[in-house]
Amino acid sequence: MADLSIDFCGIKSPNPFWLASAPPTNTGEQIMRAFDAGWGGAVWKTLGDPIVNVTSRFGAVDLGTYKMMGLNNIELITDRPLEVNLREIREVKRRYPKHVIIASLMTETKEDWRVLIQKCEDAGADGLELNFGCPHGMCERGMGSSVGQEPKLLAEITAWTKEFAKTPVLVKLTPNTGDIVEAGLAAVAGGGDGISLINTVKSIVGVDLDRMVPLPRVGNASTNGGYCGPAVKPIALHLLAALAREEGIKIPISGIGGISNWRDAAEFIALGSTSVQVCTAVMHYGYRIVEDMIEGLSNFLDEKGMKSVNELRGKAVGNYQEWGDLDLGYKLIAKIDAEKCIGCQLCVTACHDGAHQCIFTGNEEKTRPPHAHAHGKATPPTPFPIGKIAGPRVPWVDEPECVGCNLCQLVCPVSGCITMQEVPGGAADTWNARVREGRNKVPGGIHD
Amino acid sequence: MALPQDRLENALDDKKPTFSESEARAEAERCLYCADAPCIKACPTEIDIPTFIKKIASGNVRGSAKTIFDQNLLGYSCSRVCPVEELCVGDCVYTGWGRDPIPIGRLQRYATEKATKPEEKALFTPKARKDKKVALIGAGPASLACAGYLALEGVEAIIFEKRAVAGGLNTTGIAPYKLHAQDALHEVEWVQSFGVKIETGVEVGKDHLTGQKLLDAYDAVFIGVGLGEDTKLGVPGEDGPGVVGATAWIEEMKLHKKQGEKLGHVVVVGGGNTAIDVARECALLGAASVTMVYRRSAKEMSGYAHEMEGARVEGVQLVESAQPVGFVRSAQGELTAIRVARTEGGKNIPGTEYEIPCDLAAVAIGQSKLRALASEFPGVEVDARGCLKADPATGRTGNAKVFTGGDCVNGGKEVVNAVADGRNAARTLLAAWGF
Repeated sequence: MADLSIDFCGIKSPNPFWLASAPPTNTGEQIMRAFDAGWGGAVWKTLGDPIVNVTSRFGAVDLGTYKMMGLNNIELITDRPLEVNLREIREVKRRYPKHVIIASLMTETKEDWRVLIQKCEDAGADGLELNFGCPHGMCERGMGSSVGQEPKLLAEITAWTKEFAKTPVLVKLTPNTGDIVEAGLAAVAGGGDGISLINTVKSIVGVDLDRMVPLPRVGNASTNGGYCGPAVKPIALHLLAALAREEGIKIPISGIGGISNWRDAAEFIALGSTSVQVCTAVMHYGYRIVEDMIEGLSNFLDEKGMKSVNELRGKAVGNYQEWGDLDLGYKLIAKIDAEKCIGCQLCVTACHDGAHQCIFTGNEEKTRPPHAHAHGKATPPTPFPIGKIAGPRVPWVDEPECVGCNLCQLVCPVSGCITMQEVPGGAADTWNARVREGRNKVPGGIHD
Repeated sequence: MALPQDRLENALDDKKPTFSESEARAEAERCLYCADAPCIKACPTEIDIPTFIKKIASGNVRGSAKTIFDQNLLGYSCSRVCPVEELCVGDCVYTGWGRDPIPIGRLQRYATEKATKPEEKALFTPKARKDKKVALIGAGPASLACAGYLALEGVEAIIFEKRAVAGGLNTTGIAPYKLHAQDALHEVEWVQSFGVKIETGVEVGKDHLTGQKLLDAYDAVFIGVGLGEDTKLGVPGEDGPGVVGATAWIEEMKLHKKQGEKLGHVVVVGGGNTAIDVARECALLGAASVTMVYRRSAKEMSGYAHEMEGARVEGVQLVESAQPVGFVRSAQGELTAIRVARTEGGKNIPGTEYEIPCDLAAVAIGQSKLRALASEFPGVEVDARGCLKADPATGRTGNAKVFTGGDCVNGGKEVVNAVADGRNAARTLLAAWGF
């Protein structure tokens, strides 16, 4: 079994799975249950001066019957007295010395930061996470994402904390910024020991159309919240990868954003995360999900012949490239397996209305659309495919017209029915090479 | 017309109750939204099924019901009585894939039932009255669909029904666990809300209402009379208490019999869907035993396999390859048994007769054709089976003013086939009149 333990800028954790600073880490009682379930660490619900919350606080986007594809919240940082939280941190560390407790912090003046950091470290926190990401409520008071969006301020406050902190300082970044690299470099400039990202995405989750009030509703009004859950994972992966391949950022990254299972976690780690943080999936299904995350990641590493999760870290970063460096000569075409096809013909509609008009039905020649690149009529394959399930309803691909876009495969409900197959393309070439060599003129341009 | 609540049929609950909103949405979300969908092609009324299902998923239930009713005005009763396993659901791509198919009937019921509730805003507003009027004979699904579509376009439509209740087989003949008579009558009232008039207790050809009078007074006539009396076996001992025609017994059970009546040992003669219905109804109503007697093998039964499977689960016994040759009665004339002979290839084998004891025998071997009505209308012809001849696409008969459809044309198919016929006749008339 592969070794899942990690060292995050000196903080040792039995596995890379941490709970993100959020409702699941509100109290010591919760965190101890989470550690019993198998979580390696927890970032405590953000500490500072206690706040007052509103009712209600969460809203969600469901996708079909899947609930909470995206979650939005307008809950603020901890509403419990600092002393109570500190007492609980002390208790958790006493009972779970090998598990990681990171104190998430948010306050205003330098003196506030000094006192807060000292108290948390005295209570036994293994590290600190500066909450520069919260995009709702606290940012209106000059904290949270209003810091994360100002690189100079971010660097300055980070530097303050480094004056006081004895434990590692993680800077938590907001995705609500034009250039994540600028924010990441500011965290480095301020002396941060690590980066956490992403915090939630500024959002309005929906509108109550009967009351004409955005959601989640507080009486007859609402406000923007922070969006998280599976829906934000692609955004988080991109921002993570942007930092991971940045030369100026060598500090470890704790990846956050829609991680729900071991596969998500593996993807984050492959794009450069050292630890991963989870919130929405736990809010949905509870701490118990970590068992599968540990087992699944471990099996995956074994299967790939990796002895430690550290071998996986960053494996995919180098393959994240600019569009201009992608190979223009690479070609794929769609193949439909007549045996597996169920005849729903979703691929036909998707291709004709949403892609490149190259999937047809029926055993006769088809007239290509006037804009087709290939000449003449599209001819069905011989012998004409008769499916085991779909009979004569199996569609066929006009291969000379197929651009290999993937859409048919993406809409097909049957796994393995449509595959994208590599075919000989042109010689290797890239747009950037064409630009360098002056071959980047495509006929039919604005001045032609 | 209000029916008493303590009718025997009300002792049987819905086998497929209405979906809750969350159930309906969950099932609707499963629909793949096939292109050129096979389910549509399998529906005799060609309802745009994927579209109405996706409207349920989006919460547009009113629009969903409208999509259904545009093609099938009796989409509510059809959702409950259609043999969907043989039609739309049978052709759902999930079925071929070996997955649970989409419960199209139950989704259709959800949409139509919800959108036509009395508290909902009317789904349709009939157009201004035009100067055309149509008489319809028989208030079953074919005429109701035809009259409803005509009335929505402003054509005056009046239905003459010989029974005291409207709705045809939907009211008098559907197994209660699929559709109770009161629900069928609600649908009739909904069609009446478009301005359709129904006169019950009037039989064309009798009651001084001749075909000629209708031809003189109306711009067109639609014949949707269905089928007649149950066919008799014609064997000794058949006439008398205890031996009943299947559809007559079902009608009694649905409309008149009171709860509390005990059923003894029942024998049902026949292998069609009516025979299976009677057998299942008796079994579910607590009969001491139910035995179906069919003269050929189980494989040759015209009843649906899924219905027979249900019957077996409910305890119905099937005696294959046996033909009634007589009924046995006590000295007081009470039925005590049915006498059957074994058959081979549908023919009796001499010397193989034996008795199956029973207290009730229901004969479900078909219904007579109402040939006599054809003679009321010059040009309307009857085929060798006794069915009215009509062009299937338009419902036209040999008389330019007379249209027909439903069981009296096809010899006895599904409600949905009758609705398709009635709708097609209405569309033909509306097109001819330029409406």
